[in-house]
Amino acid sequence: MTIDVKVYGPGCKRCDTTAQMVTDAAAKLGAEVSVEKITDYAAIAMAGVVSTPGVSMNGKLVHSGGLPDAAALEGWLRNA
Amino acid sequence: MTAHTDLPPHPRSTLVQTLGLIAFLVAWVLLYRQLIPISDWLVSLLPVDRHSHTGEALAFFFYDVPKVLMLLALIVFAMGVVRSFFSAERTRALLSGKAEGAGNVMAAGLGVVTPFCSCSAVPLFIGFVSAGVPLGVTFSFLIAAPMVNEIALALLFGLLGWKVALTYMGFGLALAVIAGWIIGRLKLEHWLQDWVRQIHAGAAVETLNQSLTWPDRYAAGVEAVRDIFGKVWKWVVLGIAIGALIHGYVPADLMVRIMGADAWWSVPAAVVLGIPMYTNAAGVIPIVEALLGKGAALGTTLAFMMSVIALSLPEMIILRKVLTARLIAVFVGVVGSGILCVGFLFNLLF
Repeated sequence: MTIDVKVYGPGCKRCDTTAQMVTDAAAKLGAEVSVEKITDYAAIAMAGVVSTPGVSMNGKLVHSGGLPDAAALEGWLRNA
Repeated sequence: MTAHTDLPPHPRSTLVQTLGLIAFLVAWVLLYRQLIPISDWLVSLLPVDRHSHTGEALAFFFYDVPKVLMLLALIVFAMGVVRSFFSAERTRALLSGKAEGAGNVMAAGLGVVTPFCSCSAVPLFIGFVSAGVPLGVTFSFLIAAPMVNEIALALLFGLLGWKVALTYMGFGLALAVIAGWIIGRLKLEHWLQDWVRQIHAGAAVETLNQSLTWPDRYAAGVEAVRDIFGKVWKWVVLGIAIGALIHGYVPADLMVRIMGADAWWSVPAAVVLGIPMYTNAAGVIPIVEALLGKGAALGTTLAFMMSVIALSLPEMIILRKVLTARLIAVFVGVVGSGILCVGFLFNLLF
């Protein structure tokens, strides 16, 4: 099943890096993901993300604030 | 980074890492205390007279660069560890529904220790306001967070001593509390952009970044050093190099007339000049330190630093997305007047 991943952030460098990290981790695990970048401030706030970048998987917020840890990212993908 | 393994860390690895940290700190202190002989020795290797202009400038440079970089690394590491105990989400939960007054004080304090990057200023602003944090309290946070930062404190401490560093921190916090309180009293909620007022954000997500072990927190400190140090070191070196040139070559009383305490207009001029400048503290403070040695007044230079750091044009452009122009004008007016007061007060006291 495709994991629906959303990366929340206004489009700064860290947000791009985070999205790339998700894609890389998914490729490593062989998981199917669709990564969507959410850059709209209202949508970011609605999702409960206060510090960016934030990451949600299948609608559940798993990370917010700074770059995620690569190992943790793989763990979230496995559990999603 | 070794964070987030599924197994609890071995108690011995916590002990080993803690002992390693202590050993590192001892080595740090030993090296730090030897910096003056080391810098003198380095300059003596060069074919210049120690007491010439060039010799003065080089001695200044070789002493200050390692000193400031070492202090910066230590303070950034400590802040990284402290910040691992806080998150923007938790801060928001702590501040939501707080009354003004006590809320402003708390917000300014939390602004110092909460992890914050200027690119998330807008989501953070919306997140705070929509979760019921009063507007003035949110502003106290947003003023304190960039102004009282570890880079500025490390540089002030390294170049101007702990008294100036603490005074800067104290006045920075006081300014954030008072300016936020005034903005709160003015009841300007209706000057937010319309769409911001209509948002009611979901409940704060509190499950994030919990259950960190001590090694995780050390790792967070190391990560902070790698991140901030990598960005800032060249500005420190450049700033100190310019400072060294000023030390060696600029006549001693040049700045008395332009930035001295008697020139009353120098404080407002410093504030206005600081607004379009978006240099980070790392580049500005060494230059400011050198100017102080040439007769510039402390209040004037502090006002300049605060203006550079707290009132930046790029940040206003970002905030324009959530605030109306009128609200930004009030923000600049209140914070600018506060900085003016700090500048005049310092020129009077020191």
